[in-house]
Amino acid sequence: MTPELGQLALILALLLAAAQGVLPILGAWRGNGALMAVARPAAFGQALFVALAFAILVAAFLGHDFSVQYVADNSNLALPWYYRIAAVWGAHEGSMLLWVSILDVWTLALALFGGRLPEVFRARVLGVLGLIAVGFLAFILFTSNPFLRLLPMPPDGGDLNPVLQDPGMTFHPPVIYMGYVGFSVAFAFSIAALLGGELEQAWVRWARPWTNVAWAFLSAGIVAGSWWAYAELGWGGWWFWDPVENASFMPWLVGTALIHAQAVTEKRGSLRAWTILLSIFAFSLSLLGTFLVRSGVLTSVHSFASDPRRGFYILCFLILVVGGSLLLYALRAPKVAGGKAFRPVSRESAILVGNLMLTVAAAMVLLGTLFPLIGDALALGKISVGPPYFGFLFTLLMLPVVLLLPFGPYLRWGKGETPMLKQVLLRAGLAAAACAIVACFLVNGQAKAIAGVAGAVWVGAGVLLYAFKRWREMPRGRRYPAEMAGMLLAHAGVALFLVGVLLSESLSVTRDVRMAPGEHQQIAGYDFRFDGVTETRGPNWRAEQGTVIVSRGGTIVATMHPQKRSYTREQVQTESAIDPGVTRDLYVALGEPMDKQHIEGAWALRLYYKPFIRWLWAGGLLMMLGGFVGACDRRYRQRRAATVVSAAASEPAMPPALEARA
Amino acid sequence: MSRLAPLLGFVLLAALLGFGIWWNSGHDQREVPSPLIDKAAPAFVLPRLDDPAQSVSRASLLGKPYLINVFASWCIACGEEHPVLMTDGKQIGVPLIGYDYKDDPAEAKAWLAEHGNPYDTVIADREGRSAIDFGVYGAPESFLIDAQGVIRYKHIGPLTPEVIASELKPAIDALQREAH
Repeated sequence: MTPELGQLALILALLLAAAQGVLPILGAWRGNGALMAVARPAAFGQALFVALAFAILVAAFLGHDFSVQYVADNSNLALPWYYRIAAVWGAHEGSMLLWVSILDVWTLALALFGGRLPEVFRARVLGVLGLIAVGFLAFILFTSNPFLRLLPMPPDGGDLNPVLQDPGMTFHPPVIYMGYVGFSVAFAFSIAALLGGELEQAWVRWARPWTNVAWAFLSAGIVAGSWWAYAELGWGGWWFWDPVENASFMPWLVGTALIHAQAVTEKRGSLRAWTILLSIFAFSLSLLGTFLVRSGVLTSVHSFASDPRRGFYILCFLILVVGGSLLLYALRAPKVAGGKAFRPVSRESAILVGNLMLTVAAAMVLLGTLFPLIGDALALGKISVGPPYFGFLFTLLMLPVVLLLPFGPYLRWGKGETPMLKQVLLRAGLAAAACAIVACFLVNGQAKAIAGVAGAVWVGAGVLLYAFKRWREMPRGRRYPAEMAGMLLAHAGVALFLVGVLLSESLSVTRDVRMAPGEHQQIAGYDFRFDGVTETRGPNWRAEQGTVIVSRGGTIVATMHPQKRSYTREQVQTESAIDPGVTRDLYVALGEPMDKQHIEGAWALRLYYKPFIRWLWAGGLLMMLGGFVGACDRRYRQRRAATVVSAAASEPAMPPALEARA
Repeated sequence: MSRLAPLLGFVLLAALLGFGIWWNSGHDQREVPSPLIDKAAPAFVLPRLDDPAQSVSRASLLGKPYLINVFASWCIACGEEHPVLMTDGKQIGVPLIGYDYKDDPAEAKAWLAEHGNPYDTVIADREGRSAIDFGVYGAPESFLIDAQGVIRYKHIGPLTPEVIASELKPAIDALQREAH
């Protein structure tokens, strides 16, 4: 009976979402306050019923209700409770429900904390979010219902994809969806602005903290995904340019551009149309990512089961949402280039170059991801592009960004001061050159590693110099407002990321070896001794577990236990053993036994030494932190009261006084 | 016009994605066409399993189309495929050459004795050297080779009645039409 209640809750949520989507937008158009007032209660109701459906699905998993097809497919009696909760989003149907649930988290946050937005504007924003919810709820109900019954009820279920049975993977989908779906808020803001024709900067200021938070979540999700791929897949890699990874990376690239474009539009009024376009792109790419992962148009090493009917539905939805908003953009985008003028040497120009590089990079990733499809379409046969294409072009496109980055904070709006820039160039450049020369001796002339050190020092020195300048010149308490602190943190993250990527890529040592118990291997000054393989068990798996003792100069550094796990349905999953460190990771993955009958004998093993690899995730986390900190700026809260008055009085215009202060 | 550009770009993208859905409903994504298709089969000389003194080579098989089926006694999927070969496989109309891959001859013989032998001839590639020339991924795998010694069709994984009916049979029929 309960699962049917879940389905009923979804149907009611769909109806409420339709009310939330249609009535307030009509009300805003006709100036009808009663219709606009529907937005909030409808959003609350919709979120309540989606939460109910979600809770019912969780309860079905916890209570082993195998009469529900989805539960029977993705869990079994031996699965620990925490993985049974994670199993809710372990496959297609549930992850779509998670998508809508997270959309509701954002909608609720907006309904609760967006109270100071002008009513007309808020009605439109909630309306747009309601329409998106309609699309996804209908998708769930018509093509991917998680509450379908299975008769007769099996005594035990299948299994959660073992790839997902890892603590990191438990949180990865919700966090990454917080990012994906979070861009729907910036999207809804820009659509509301287009609908209202109020193309002033006001909406951008309101949208900025929301965009920052969404971007921060997406950064965290990508870091978690990359970390998981590193720890679980057993190849020692941290990024594979796989379609699913690209699906999350494209919105991130465009989101990064968006955050910067929003700053320009808010403070200077320039690039207005561009900011709107980027908001549409960021969310469209999130939807496209969902489409690519779900439709079966592209296959990937970690994609879910796919179904062409679902693909067709999402494509239609995509055409409606993206096509519709781009049409709206074509009709209503700002007619004239507004805002204050800026010189070629100015913060605006620097941000524009960065924006261009980031969007071109996103387009490049999109092209590469769709290449197999283009090959089929033009009858060129099976073609696909891999890491060499992505790696080369991405490096090329990000080079100007890295070079420009230290100048960013020093550049003034409108017109930069050249002497100041020369000073930065000299100091950061000298620091980078000095460190690169030292690195030359330490890494035996490895160009990539030297470039990594130089790039990181260049960016890092720029950030530190600016932080120091603020410290010296500004009075206490006004040195680092949250927005500035967030920017400095995120830019410092770029420096750490560069160290991690370039040093680990160039100095890693990988060795595929056959080792009999008692044998030794030397890698980068570490001695790996293989002590054989034994059998071990977990709650729902059994594993062959190796023991590798690592020592350096006679002292034992780590005892590592790589595993090869077999789950209930004979699915095999490697569990690499990692000894983490600030300057290096040691990584051991178990391959195959030389003789299947004698697992106590010799095995194929992969041994890795990965210097500084941890720094790249640290860099990603620092960027995430920057996003969250930046969103906390008091400016976003303080001024709203003043803005509301002006915006409510006359929608289109912002008092010039406010503009000037920014 | 420039404000219409993003929309036009998206229309192209949507058309490509629509094409992708249509295309994938008719094609298996995972199929990788073998580069050996329509190329001469690699030259091999391998001993017969039942009589290692005699050998079978690409040259000795010329003149008639045949199907090479890679199998091994250690291969679990081959056990699943085997009943299909015993029934449908015997009726495809071309000789069936068993290719015993990286296997112990004694175990292979015992395996065939236990499950039945659908093959007209069985050749043994103990080291798996010739299999590298064929680009064998693993067992089971099947190659249809025509009278001129050219590989015309390849299937990775177990042959099923569906695969035989929808892919293998049409390929064999095409060979026989060419012959007439």
